[in-house]
Amino acid sequence: MDFEPIAGTEELRKEFEDFFKEVMKDAPPGWENSPDDLATDEGWAFHRRVARELGKRGWLSLAWPKKYGGLGKSIFEQLTFNEVRAYYRAPGVDGFGMAMVAPTLLAMGTEEQREEFLPPIARGEVTWAQLWSEPEAGSDLANVQTMAVRDGDYYILNGQKVWTTGAHNADWAFAVVRTSKELTRSRGLSFLLFDLKSPGVEIRPLPTMSSHSRKVEAYFNEVFLDDVRVLVKNRVGEENQGWAITRATMNFERSGLAGLGGIRHSLDELIDFCKETRWRGKPLSEDPLIRYRLAEIAVGITAGQATARHVLWGQHRVEMGEAPAMEMVPRASSMKYYQTELDQRFVYLGCQIMGLYGQLKRESKWAPMAGKFERLYQSAPGPNIYAGSTEIQKNLVAWIGLGLPRT
Amino acid sequence: MNLDFTEEQEMLRTMARDLLQTECPKTLVRELEESDLGYSPELWKKMAELGWQGLTFPEEYGGTGMTFFELALLVEEMGRNILPGPFISTLVCGLTILEAGSEQQKREFLPKVAAGEMILTLALTEPSASWKPEHISVRAVASNEEYVINGTKLFVPDAHVADYLLVVARTEDSTRPEEGITVFLVDARSPGIQCEPQLTLGLDNKAEVVFKDVRVPKGNILGELNQGWKVVQIAMTKGTALKIAEMSGGCQASLEMANAFVKERVQYGRPIGTFQVIQHYLADVWGKTDRTTHIAWEICWKVGAGVATPFEVAAAKAWTNEAYKWVTERCVQCHGAIGTTRDHDMGLYYRRAKVAELDYGDTDSQMEVVAQQMGL
Ligand SMILES: Cc1cc2nc3c(=O)[nH]c(=O)nc-3n(C[C@H](O)[C@H](O)[C@H](O)COP(=O)(O)OP(=O)(O)OC[C@H]3O[C@@H](n4cnc5c(N)ncnc54)[C@H](O)[C@@H]3O)c2cc1C
Repeated sequence: MDFEPIAGTEELRKEFEDFFKEVMKDAPPGWENSPDDLATDEGWAFHRRVARELGKRGWLSLAWPKKYGGLGKSIFEQLTFNEVRAYYRAPGVDGFGMAMVAPTLLAMGTEEQREEFLPPIARGEVTWAQLWSEPEAGSDLANVQTMAVRDGDYYILNGQKVWTTGAHNADWAFAVVRTSKELTRSRGLSFLLFDLKSPGVEIRPLPTMSSHSRKVEAYFNEVFLDDVRVLVKNRVGEENQGWAITRATMNFERSGLAGLGGIRHSLDELIDFCKETRWRGKPLSEDPLIRYRLAEIAVGITAGQATARHVLWGQHRVEMGEAPAMEMVPRASSMKYYQTELDQRFVYLGCQIMGLYGQLKRESKWAPMAGKFERLYQSAPGPNIYAGSTEIQKNLVAWIGLGLPRT
Repeated sequence: MNLDFTEEQEMLRTMARDLLQTECPKTLVRELEESDLGYSPELWKKMAELGWQGLTFPEEYGGTGMTFFELALLVEEMGRNILPGPFISTLVCGLTILEAGSEQQKREFLPKVAAGEMILTLALTEPSASWKPEHISVRAVASNEEYVINGTKLFVPDAHVADYLLVVARTEDSTRPEEGITVFLVDARSPGIQCEPQLTLGLDNKAEVVFKDVRVPKGNILGELNQGWKVVQIAMTKGTALKIAEMSGGCQASLEMANAFVKERVQYGRPIGTFQVIQHYLADVWGKTDRTTHIAWEICWKVGAGVATPFEVAAAKAWTNEAYKWVTERCVQCHGAIGTTRDHDMGLYYRRAKVAELDYGDTDSQMEVVAQQMGL
């Protein structure tokens, strides 16, 4: 065992850093790369611009085989990119396309699907949406009701999806739908890709709690599907075998290292704020309680990073065929909720430190740090719910990591 | 980066685990806790025969030349099994002599440590209960070819069985507190030393050591005169890392014990491990233990390679301090009343977790280092 940096990654890190430092000079004021930022027209345009820049450099497809427009780098170089980007809180990456659709197609797609869908992802030209959850299928995703009925070369889709992040801005969807009435639950599902501009797709905004009458930030959506025609060749995997694909898709890139780097950046900013801000006669940074609590977050990040490196190493071993994918599940699950809870604690600490000022929106001239923590306070609970809630992750750790019985 | 163990490392871990299981059962742990010595001289001898005390010393000093990281893997197993005694105390001092000592000091001390014939300990803290140089009040004053030491050290681990003490004393007043401190190698049987072990939560031995006109030859200065704080930092960094490894092993053992227990203990007609709330407690314990294991490996490797920053060392200890206490508390909870008894092994770990927090830097002091290192 050794912790020497991987050869070459430090040079690459420098290159990424230089790029992001430059590009972030054009960011709209107060940019956090948060859902709220991306919800504005200006924010979305900025995201698309950065995406195309990244695409030109090949950085959206770092670890793909060269054949599909990738640079053929390893998971470690990919991680370096993710870390630097998270640290600079840069947009430009469609998480759904890059971290879910692309690896899914690389592992389980047909040659034709790879050739059709991968290059636009690599060029940063297309945005994907995840159409999985439904009103009656949340944690219990296998309870999906949306039906896809075969009609020649097409499936005809009918049903409703919900909580669809960014669907209003997206071009394509990857959906889990039911293709068999007879086969129950996870056995009758298929994994389909379709164009969101198809006739019969209706997208309705679902404002999140950070919206208000002067500013509706529709980040979520409901997606209604009414006789939507989807080509059969856009099915990933076999008919009724979609569950296996879904499970695999969930597990791509769960090390959390990048996210931890993002928290560290915000922490550094909060530390600067505490050093610069004098309240009641002395800098906030001299308050022993504030010092302790900021240190506690840094310690939490450091411990998380230590394990995230092992998640990554495990993923590397899985990719090399040296370990079964199952081996990774408990650690990845544990890290998922560890990271979201740490982020949440950090956000609450930031709000707490702001005291009475912590309630001010960025529109107020009195808002500290451009109202950052007022916004983050509202988006903090979401990550504990999506992508498998904390409770679901704990179940997985207990069952797979500890061998406790499923009940 | 390569996060797999080498074959040699795997062997060391298994060998240590097996040996400790048979040679140091929990009955012996309890016996040693209540004994005056606090360790087993026979086992100490056996460990020396296996080369454990000299594991990282070069061969010329009677060692086997393995790395600090491998020593940490061994200590992790000691923490997992629980091995009462002065192993960490002795090794920390031995490694400090190896790094900061003169050739003569190395030749004099290290082969004896490796042979299991010498026990060492660091006498740093005082009744001020601080880890900072400004609070060192024990004084050493030059007198001819000797120094004369006066003052009181407190919380000195294993001092009652130590052959030599590494005494941290003020030799000169200075506006910069890290200046003017010197470390002395002091024969524990010197006239004027009074050692009184204090009973502790961990039933380990933390002694008060009173120095009254204790005379030490000048040749027994470790490192440079007045520059001893650097020597203290070498010892503290290595001690912190090894302590973290030991605590990490303790977390692993606690988790395994609780996991086995909840699969067996039946209430309401089913194993309590089928209740989701118990599953979720243990899932949390699993995660915290996993992160502790990883941070321990990483910091021990970095300390061994000489690349660990003060931030990293303090963050790792602060993390492990809180993790070990939290893990053992949850594991006691999963056991119910049996976990709170003297006869059950959970209590051995629960008590050690709190004491280990205090060794080589309690959480509050480590958090303050972290804060300072971040520019606060
Ligand atoms: C910000 C955000 C973005 C999202 N984006 C998308 C998206 O783009 N596409 C998409 O398809 N979905 C998306 N989702 C939906 C998300 O995947 C679901 O919310 C999630 O699967 C939980 O489902 P639910 O909300 O119906 O809650 P429920 O499943 O009803 O859960 C409610 C509570 O019960 C708990 N619970 C449920 N089952 C168990 C159990 N077995 N054991 C213990 N506790 C349990 C849950 O942990 C939770 O606390 C998003 C959600 C959020 C918050």
